Amino acid sequence: MTNLQSLITNLPGRLGEPVEFRGEVTVMVDRAKILDACRYLKEQCGFDMLTDIAGVDNYGEDPRYAVVYHVYSLPHRCMVRLKVAVPEDDMVVDSVVSVWRTADWHEREAFDMFGIRFRNHPNLKRILMWDGYPYHPLRKDFPLAGMETELPETAVGAGRVEAAPMLGGPFVTTPGAGTAARREPRQADTSAERADKKGAS
Amino acid sequence: MSDPVVIGVDQKIESRDLIVTRLDAAVDWCRKNSVWPMPMGLACCAIELMAAGASRFDIARFGAEVMRFSPRQSDLMIVAGTCVYKMAGVVKRVWDQMAEPKWCIAMGACASTGGMYRSYAVVQGVDRFLPVDVYISGCPPRPEALLEGLMALQRKIQQEAALKNMKRSDQRGGLYAMPQGPVIVRGEYAPQMGDRRLEIGGRK
Repeated sequence: MTNLQSLITNLPGRLGEPVEFRGEVTVMVDRAKILDACRYLKEQCGFDMLTDIAGVDNYGEDPRYAVVYHVYSLPHRCMVRLKVAVPEDDMVVDSVVSVWRTADWHEREAFDMFGIRFRNHPNLKRILMWDGYPYHPLRKDFPLAGMETELPETAVGAGRVEAAPMLGGPFVTTPGAGTAARREPRQADTSAERADKKGAS
Repeated sequence: MSDPVVIGVDQKIESRDLIVTRLDAAVDWCRKNSVWPMPMGLACCAIELMAAGASRFDIARFGAEVMRFSPRQSDLMIVAGTCVYKMAGVVKRVWDQMAEPKWCIAMGACASTGGMYRSYAVVQGVDRFLPVDVYISGCPPRPEALLEGLMALQRKIQQEAALKNMKRSDQRGGLYAMPQGPVIVRGEYAPQMGDRRLEIGGRK
C-alpha cells in the first residue's frame, strides 16, 4: 500500500490527499487533468483494467455532478478510485477511451443517465434509453415515474410514453437530501392510499 | 353407369376409423396441439420458461416443445420478463414477422402490467402494443402456472372460428381485436415440503 501511496503522490492533477477507507484509496483529480492522470496510472503504474466509470448527482451541492473511475491493477492486485467534480454549467470531461477502450460504454452510460459529455469520445450516444429521448433519467430531480415523452415512429408505433403510475410502486423516491429512509420509503404509502385509509376508518 | 356412391348417414360404417366432426373443430384441434412458441425471454421469467421446457415439467406433453427462435416459424409469442421501451420496438417487430394465426402469452407480472417497475423505462404491460391472449400472474410464475396458461390458450384456440378467420385474414388481425377476450391465469403456487399435489393456477 505504501508503494501505491507514493505512486499517487505523483499523480498528475491530484487534488488533496488520497483518502483511504477500508483499504480502498480515493483520489480527487482536477477535471482538466483526468486524461493525464489515467494515462499515468496505466502506463507508469500498471493499472491495466478499468472496472467502472460512474456518474454521480450530488443534488443540492456545488459542484453538482461527479465522475468516478474505478481502476484496477492486475499485476499489483490493487484498486484505486479517481473522482472528478463536474459543475452543472460546464458538464464536459475528457474521454479516457484512448487509455482504456472499455471506457466507451461506461461513458455512454454516464452520458445517457446524467448528461455528462465526454470530449473526444468516439461514439457518444445513448446506450440504455432510446435515441431521441429528451431527458437524463438518473438525475435526482427526474421523477422515477418518468415524464411524458414523444415516442418515435421506429419504436412501438408512434405515440406518447406516459409517466408510469406511481401508486403501489415500492420505491417511490423524493428528490433532494435527507436520510435514505425518508427518500426511499420501502413501503408504498402514497397520498391517495392515505386518503383511502382515512375514508375507511 | 355405375351406381352413385352413397356416403354419410346412409352408409353403414364397418370399421371404427372414421370420425365425423366440424372442420373448424378439427383445424382448431390441430392448431392447439402443436403450438410452436417464440420464447421472448427478457428477464427472470425466461428461467421459468426454460424450466417448463425441460424434462421435469416437460411442455412437450402439451405439444408446445418446439421453441422457435425464428418468428417465421412460430405461432405463440411468450413474452417472459420485463419489457423496456427500447426493447418494445424489437418485440413488436418480431411479433409483426410472425405469420397468422398467432397468439401471445404475457408471462409474469412485468409482462402483464410492468410489475414492480413503475418507472420511466418500463412498458406498463406488453398489452400496450401486443394483443395478449393469456396473462399469467406471478413473479415469476412457476412452470405449472405457465402450463396452465398454455392449457387456457388451448381452450381458447379450440373455440376459435378457424375457417372464418382464414377467409378474412385481417379479422383477428386488426391486431387488437380479441373476440373472446383475454384469459387471466392466477399463478399463485406456494410449494410446501412434502406436498405431493400440484396445485395449478391457484385451484384448491
